[in-house]
Amino acid sequence: MKTYDVIVVGAGPAGLGAAIESGKAGASVLLADENDQPGGQLFKQIHKFFGSHDHYAGTRGFQIGQQLLEEAARAHVEIRLSTRVWGIFEDGTVSACTEDESFRCRGTWLILATGATENSLVFPGNTLPGVITAGAAQTMVNLRHVRPGSRAVVVGSGNVGLIVSYQLLQAGMDVAAILEAAPQVTGYAVHAGKVRRAGVPVLCSHTVLEARGERELEEVVVAQVDGQFRLIPGTEEVIQADTLCISVGLTPRWELAALCGCKMDFCGPLGGRLPLHSETLETTCPHVLVAGDLSGIEEASTALDEGRLAGVHAAAALGLLSTAESAEREREIQSRIAALRQGAFGRKRQTSKEQIWSRYHQHQGGGL
Amino acid sequence: MRRITQHPILDIPERGRLTFFYNGQPMEAREGDTIAAALTDQGIRVFRETHKRHEPRGLFCAVGQCTDCIMVVNGRPNVRACVTRVEAGMRVETQRGLGENADENI
Ligand SMILES: Cc1cc2nc3c(=O)[nH]c(=O)nc-3n(C[C@H](O)[C@H](O)[C@H](O)COP(=O)(O)OP(=O)(O)OC[C@H]3O[C@@H](n4cnc5c(N)ncnc54)[C@H](O)[C@@H]3O)c2cc1C
Ligand code: FES
Repeated sequence: MKTYDVIVVGAGPAGLGAAIESGKAGASVLLADENDQPGGQLFKQIHKFFGSHDHYAGTRGFQIGQQLLEEAARAHVEIRLSTRVWGIFEDGTVSACTEDESFRCRGTWLILATGATENSLVFPGNTLPGVITAGAAQTMVNLRHVRPGSRAVVVGSGNVGLIVSYQLLQAGMDVAAILEAAPQVTGYAVHAGKVRRAGVPVLCSHTVLEARGERELEEVVVAQVDGQFRLIPGTEEVIQADTLCISVGLTPRWELAALCGCKMDFCGPLGGRLPLHSETLETTCPHVLVAGDLSGIEEASTALDEGRLAGVHAAAALGLLSTAESAEREREIQSRIAALRQGAFGRKRQTSKEQIWSRYHQHQGGGL
Repeated sequence: MRRITQHPILDIPERGRLTFFYNGQPMEAREGDTIAAALTDQGIRVFRETHKRHEPRGLFCAVGQCTDCIMVVNGRPNVRACVTRVEAGMRVETQRGLGENADENI
């Protein structure tokens, strides 16, 4: 059985960051991802990132992805694609499979960076072909270069909903409307402004009632809701559309972490169920770290830096970085992350994270 | 035709063409297309029918997580169309139920 210093599951920004940092310090690293291309969500993100120079501001997601792959190659990271990790055993053995075989390997440190799953909504007709997640629409237009339909309604005005709406326009589709159940847009004003200027109506206090069509989606029934999200009778409206994109949040992909025996926690603002973890991404399982969307839904830049932090932590624990070196590196990354958790949206995530860290320390200290 | 050939940001290179078989009929795709992309380009969005009520299903997550898009490919059932690349000569069929139309010896 092949043995590595570090095994990283998931090659999105978090997993790449973790693999790069531990690899750079001299660790032998295996980075496994179930897809046939690395990068996680990054390669479908074609908009420019915000923030400072340190956060790749002004660079588009897919360009950041390319830079990270080059960094990973320089750090001698072994990347195995089309490889899904399906088991983690008590002795630290990891089982993974490809289309043709299942194999086992062992890592001294395990870093889980499995990302998230998109949430769905329940309404009549939600299984009709043409009803897809916003991420699916983004994957189709930006990666596959095929439009999923010609005219879309998007449910949810969070950043994913707003960004995907704009990207559907760039791909040559019509966006009939964005529906938002809350009384105001929930994503960044910058993204909302862009779609509004492009002529897309954002209907707040609106939800989807039904998707209709013979064999495929033909029309969407929408209606207004009141402050308690109750339907206001008589406000139903029919919108012609062949595509309905659902964008109502993400949930961490926590299954592998649970399988390891990591204690789970719940945090609504960060996506719900997730592994309890510390500031330096330790879980309640020794030698198992988490990073990125799995440790709370944030953004690509935070995922990347959380991954880097986990990578530094593992490298230091392996004795590949001196205490001074790792402290210096951790400070640098943590200050970047802190900068990303500012502003009205960021502060909410920072507060939620602090609650998780404090519950982690209570748990580890024998409290609770 | 739903293929994107021009885009304000993405550079979309021309890719080679290939022919596969959809429910027995020859159909054109581009090299590197997933089965789902090739079918969507041709306006086909129903990929399978459910076991009990024969309801249509198609693409949902496009990243291999939900299994709503499964089809019978080269006789094998339950192949995810959204993450499987199409190949020249490949036989792609609408999956009926649990794969009643799959090859028996697979
Ligand atoms: C559809 C969508 C759109 C988004 N858009 C934006 C955006 O525009 N801007 C932004 O800042 N953030 C966006 N996000 C939020 C997200 O926080 C980041 O984009 C970022 O990609 C998260 O990084 P990650 O590495 O944690 O997860 P991901 O990028 O999702 O990477 C996780 C990887 O792990 C793989 N994996 C999971 N389980 C296994 C397993 N068992 N075995 C092998 N591989 C596995 C997955 O297939 C995936 O490739 C989006 C998220 C989604 C889902
Ligand atoms: S569409 Fe979800 S697995 Fe293919």
